[in-house]
Amino acid sequence: MKLLTREALLSFQRAPLLSALSVTTIAFSLFTVGLFGLVAVNLRQALKGLEERVEIVAFTLRGTPSETIAIASQDIAAFPEVQDVNYVSEEEALERARAELVEFRDAYRDLQVNPLPASIEVRLKEGYRDAATVERVAQRLRGFGFVDDVRYGRDWVQKLDYLRNITGVVGLVIGMAFAAVAVVIIGVAIRLTILQRAREISIMRLVGATNWFIRGPFLLEGALKGLLGGLLSLVLCYAGYLLFRDKSGGTFAGLVFFRPEHMAVIIVFGVLLGLGGSLVSVGRHLRHV
Amino acid sequence: MIRFANVYKAYPNGALALKDVTFHVSKGEFVFLTGHSGAGKSTIMKLLFAEQKPSAGEVRVSGYNVTALNPDDVPRLRRRLGVVFQDFRLLEDRTAAENIAFALEVTGARTDTIAARVMRVLTQVGLSAKSRAYPRELSGGEQQRVAIARALVNDPAILLADEPTGNLDERATRGVFQLLRDINAGGTVVVMATHDLDLVRQTTYRIIELRDGSLVYDSQVDETAAEAQ
Repeated sequence: MKLLTREALLSFQRAPLLSALSVTTIAFSLFTVGLFGLVAVNLRQALKGLEERVEIVAFTLRGTPSETIAIASQDIAAFPEVQDVNYVSEEEALERARAELVEFRDAYRDLQVNPLPASIEVRLKEGYRDAATVERVAQRLRGFGFVDDVRYGRDWVQKLDYLRNITGVVGLVIGMAFAAVAVVIIGVAIRLTILQRAREISIMRLVGATNWFIRGPFLLEGALKGLLGGLLSLVLCYAGYLLFRDKSGGTFAGLVFFRPEHMAVIIVFGVLLGLGGSLVSVGRHLRHV
Repeated sequence: MIRFANVYKAYPNGALALKDVTFHVSKGEFVFLTGHSGAGKSTIMKLLFAEQKPSAGEVRVSGYNVTALNPDDVPRLRRRLGVVFQDFRLLEDRTAAENIAFALEVTGARTDTIAARVMRVLTQVGLSAKSRAYPRELSGGEQQRVAIARALVNDPAILLADEPTGNLDERATRGVFQLLRDINAGGTVVVMATHDLDLVRQTTYRIIELRDGSLVYDSQVDETAAEAQ
């Protein structure tokens, strides 16, 4: 184990330029993947903001006793898809209208009879805010006898669905393309270092080193390079994120950075790339027996 | 120790590097493999340390059947052999002592014994004063001595030397050859491929000559035949 670590670290010392080159190559490849990831994360965040506005409103028939509505509200809150239920009485509806619809303030002030019905506002849990679920819940709300009409922005929810699918598919395809390019570039970078040491490998084989003994230092070296490259790419991503957020003059002030688990994924991805690249490249030199 | 029985070696393009080669080497022998370039000397060497496998026939080295060698056994076989080449094959970024220690480390030798064993073989090849020198600071003859020390450090039963004096001047050649003779006198089998006929003629060691992949002369067999007549 000591020897393994020593040999892996020595390789950095012996070929500092080449090692630095492969670490930067890994870092920049992961940086492009990371930047794309940041865009995807922020798009998701923006979509989530929109999704939170998905709301189903069930208007109740005038004169429905409040106890009936209270019991029904409890039933509705127990639906597995439902996050919360909010009863808006006729008076509250009028208050809201006065506050929000400034243009009609005068009209609402002089009313003798409140024309606005009471309603139950239903918000859905995350993951249930798609058109099909919304329609299903709306259908069930229509089943209550005291419900006069159920409204939700059908077109809007459908568009949201569409947007979500598009970003999902495009994100996956482009993300995988970026990752594939990164794998190829990193593979080449690691192969370069191993080609440089083909002689060392041949001598190790000659003096009777087992294949795993030969692989060990290279794998550790590859993993270390991947780790360093991953960390460096995160630093680059963070720099890019700060630059974009602060120079955009407030347009993108709400941008978010990776969560810790995202960062862990990038670093693990880097380490795996380093390991995989080394394994494949060393394998080429060990195979021809 | 070494047994070649009707060995053929064909290369992927179909050319035969070895044709029906048969010979045995017993304990304590010193054998010259001679012949022109491309006669098959290096191919025999590669078969001996399991760098290649024969296309047909049987190769046995130090108890291992190279023809049917399990990949896991390749390192085990090599630890019982010492191999020396014309181009020394030393690691340029390690000192003489480190180059030799490396051969011990890869076999998992106990770390507390390594320094002493390295010093012992360096003394044996007459380079104890240069243990800290890098290959580029050593002459060709000295580099070959380091390579021989590395080959010896695992106490091999067989030492394979492929044109070990090919890159050396006359004086260094004599020194290295004497060293190989001393090693053989200590009981190690030495197989030396060379086309330096002056060197071959100096001694009465066994000579195996190859031409175009065939064994055309084996001094031991021919002498026995002559005696029989």
